[in-house]
Amino acid sequence: MDDNAASVRLSHCAKTFADGTRALLPLDLDIAAGETIVFLGPSGCGKTTLLRIIAGLTEPDAGGRVFFGGDDVTARPIERRNVGMVFQSYALFPNMSVIDNVAYGLRVRGIAFAERRVHALRLLGMMQLEGFGDRRVDQLSGGQRQRVALARALAVKPRLLLLDEPLTALDAKLREDLRIEIDRLLRSLGVTSVYVTHDQAEAMALGDRIAVMSHGRVEQIGTPQDIYYRPASGFVADFIGTMNRVTGVRENDVLHVPGGALALPAGVTSAGDVMFRPEDARIVDARSAALRGRIISAFFLGNLTRIVVELGAGQSIIIDTVLRRTFAKDETIGIDVDPDALVVLEGRNPSANVV
Amino acid sequence: MSRANARFALLALPALVVFLAFWLLPMARLVAVGASGPRGAAAYAAIVTDHNYLVSLVSTVVLSLVVTFATLVVSGMSGMFLQRNRFPGRDALVSLLTFPLAFPGVVVGFMVIMLAGRQGLIGKITDTLFGVNIVFAYSIAGLFLGYLYFSIPRVILTVMAAVDKLDWALEEAARSLGASGWQVLRDVILPGLRPALISSGAICFATSMGAFGTAFTLATNINVLPITIYTEFTNYANFSIAAALSIMLGLITWAALALARTLAGSTVAAAA
Amino acid sequence: MTRGRSVRFVAQLLFTLGVCAFLVVPVVMSVLAGVTENYFTGIRSGLTLRWVGQVWSLYAGTIVLSLQIALACLVAALVLGVPIAYVLARRPSRVTRLFEEMLVLPVAVPGLATALALILLYGEWRGFRASWLFILVGHVVFTLPFMVRSVLAVMAAIDLAALEEAAASLGASFVSRFFGVIVPNARYGILAGALMVVTLSIGEFNITWMLHTPLTKTIPVGLADSYASMRLEIGSAYTIVFFVMIVPLLVAMQWLARERSPTKTTRHGR
Repeated sequence: MDDNAASVRLSHCAKTFADGTRALLPLDLDIAAGETIVFLGPSGCGKTTLLRIIAGLTEPDAGGRVFFGGDDVTARPIERRNVGMVFQSYALFPNMSVIDNVAYGLRVRGIAFAERRVHALRLLGMMQLEGFGDRRVDQLSGGQRQRVALARALAVKPRLLLLDEPLTALDAKLREDLRIEIDRLLRSLGVTSVYVTHDQAEAMALGDRIAVMSHGRVEQIGTPQDIYYRPASGFVADFIGTMNRVTGVRENDVLHVPGGALALPAGVTSAGDVMFRPEDARIVDARSAALRGRIISAFFLGNLTRIVVELGAGQSIIIDTVLRRTFAKDETIGIDVDPDALVVLEGRNPSANVV
Repeated sequence: MSRANARFALLALPALVVFLAFWLLPMARLVAVGASGPRGAAAYAAIVTDHNYLVSLVSTVVLSLVVTFATLVVSGMSGMFLQRNRFPGRDALVSLLTFPLAFPGVVVGFMVIMLAGRQGLIGKITDTLFGVNIVFAYSIAGLFLGYLYFSIPRVILTVMAAVDKLDWALEEAARSLGASGWQVLRDVILPGLRPALISSGAICFATSMGAFGTAFTLATNINVLPITIYTEFTNYANFSIAAALSIMLGLITWAALALARTLAGSTVAAAA
Repeated sequence: MTRGRSVRFVAQLLFTLGVCAFLVVPVVMSVLAGVTENYFTGIRSGLTLRWVGQVWSLYAGTIVLSLQIALACLVAALVLGVPIAYVLARRPSRVTRLFEEMLVLPVAVPGLATALALILLYGEWRGFRASWLFILVGHVVFTLPFMVRSVLAVMAAIDLAALEEAAASLGASFVSRFFGVIVPNARYGILAGALMVVTLSIGEFNITWMLHTPLTKTIPVGLADSYASMRLEIGSAYTIVFFVMIVPLLVAMQWLARERSPTKTTRHGR
């Protein structure tokens, strides 16, 4: 399946619906062959619309073009794009058995009965569903249906695999288990995959690259590390994990904030807000610290302790620490943050980035 | 009996009493009369043993089956189209298509005469085009047309409701696997509509079997079973045969409707 | 891609319009015939209301009787149907399901059979047989299931037990609970059922034809007469009168249905 994988290019694709909703603002996107890219964002951000444009279920507004490899597939409906799609509700055909579901794409392509049956059985084996072939769809559990949906999509040897929130309908434990399985599968198959989700843990675990979306626009595309350590906008910073934000007055390489000062990384030109992750703040001796704060509350979460610390003037931060000590309310502690772990957004106040 | 139960019984009683007095007991009498004629209980077999009645039964069944099939096809196509498309005038179109639901069979017969009677529209058209005035209101074709006329509005509403409940994702999934429009229709849509089609088909069949007014107005020489029953009762005063035949007809229509109900919840048919 | 789709759209639209024409054109024709001087010469002979006038003088009695029976039928359906619907909703059990199935029987069997049965049992009672009540009885037995089904559907969808217990805890007696809480909450079902009952009664023929006498004729019976024995214009004008009575009821039913469920299927991304 490796050599079948296609690269995808979107050129100036936008979508406005008949009732005036601007679901997607014009965008250009390149997806490499064999890559797994994740569209991540809250509901209504346009990620599903983007997926459907790539799939061929929705047409982009005039001027938008979609390319698979070198082919312009913009005018082709989904049934002629040779993609494999896994739907949020799985959409398994209730009138067919499991094996007939998996073999359906092959049947439509005119493949002989015996051959497609063999192929379908192989796929069921790959999904650890041997023996399930003759079951009816309503006899399956959620996790089993998900795997049948995957098997069905993969049976046609698609150039591109599209997954629309495939794990959303499952409970948390099952979701984690299946996430691992899907990751293993996508890596071993090497097929180009587009994965849509609103769950950031899923996105970070599965994606080679993540496109964080909001209100029809792509806020940032990058590797999970890029997104996490170097968010490009306030929205991305807020959406992924927890992010501390402090406001202060800049003086050369130091930011003066309530409670003390933070050393800034070299070459920072903008002023105002600075952000950092809870795990990047270290607790140090309060007597010699450049920044001090008062503990408001502490939550022991098992693998770490999350402390809420007030710096002063209404500003507070969250620190995640693995130190094995108890933290008392109103205790004063010293805080140190490595300048390279600070995220400084250029220009405007980061909170205004949310459109 | 507890006070609440007594109250429930009291509330249900009037309806049950009326039902007993004006349907159940009369029906029992009908059954008894059916077996009280010169042939005794064998009258109930007359529907298949007597040549005339057998012909009547068979022609009614065949007509009802053909009408049911044609109605399903016609209503299926238009119902699906109307449910899936929104355009100016669509709501008006739906209203117009369901308006004839309230017509009694006599009015439907009159409509057929308007279309295909001696001064009918179709006759005028064929006269202008081909010089021949085609009149078929009083033949089996006219009867078929009439039955089609009162069946289409009934089935179209059920079809539209069923199409509305179809799962989009299934069709998209089939298309994502490469299925063309016809294949999606065959493999996903029709299987999805099957319960609704069977149940509304059964209702259509039952209504056609029991239809009286239409055939009465068109006064064709095809004797559908209700007309045969009527003739036996009114013209020949063969009460027992009429009773026996109507009980048999009632069983057939009841069975068809029972089938419809087991397949798709509760739907009540209005007679024509 | 879009061209193929719009060809299919136009073809289906034409087909649906054709079906609609099949149903509507004869209605239009009969309305025209009822107001035309002479049907054979056509519109050219001029429009007139004299046929309608003649219909009134010939068949006024049928119109009055039809309305009378329809209203009486409605009252009966309300008085009989709403209470039993309540019982069926509050006490679902094998027995009540059996009752529900039974009540539907008069609709499942042909009207002819119901009518024959009534004649065979009560034909001897001359007074009853010759009165309009005989027809009423047939109508009630036929329309009752529609009222029951309609009201039951609405009642089953709301938590009656909880409402009643709340009302009872506040001191309401059964009668005041029934009329103050249960009936108002079921009003959509009652209204829809009422419209259905009246429409069915006005248009009922199969039962009525067997049960009628020359002195107790309803509109459909009169229509059958006029189609057989009167000139086309009169039959058409009479049909117009029938339409005029039916259309407002149908419009009301459709409006009510639309009020209750404003569901629109939105196409996903087309």
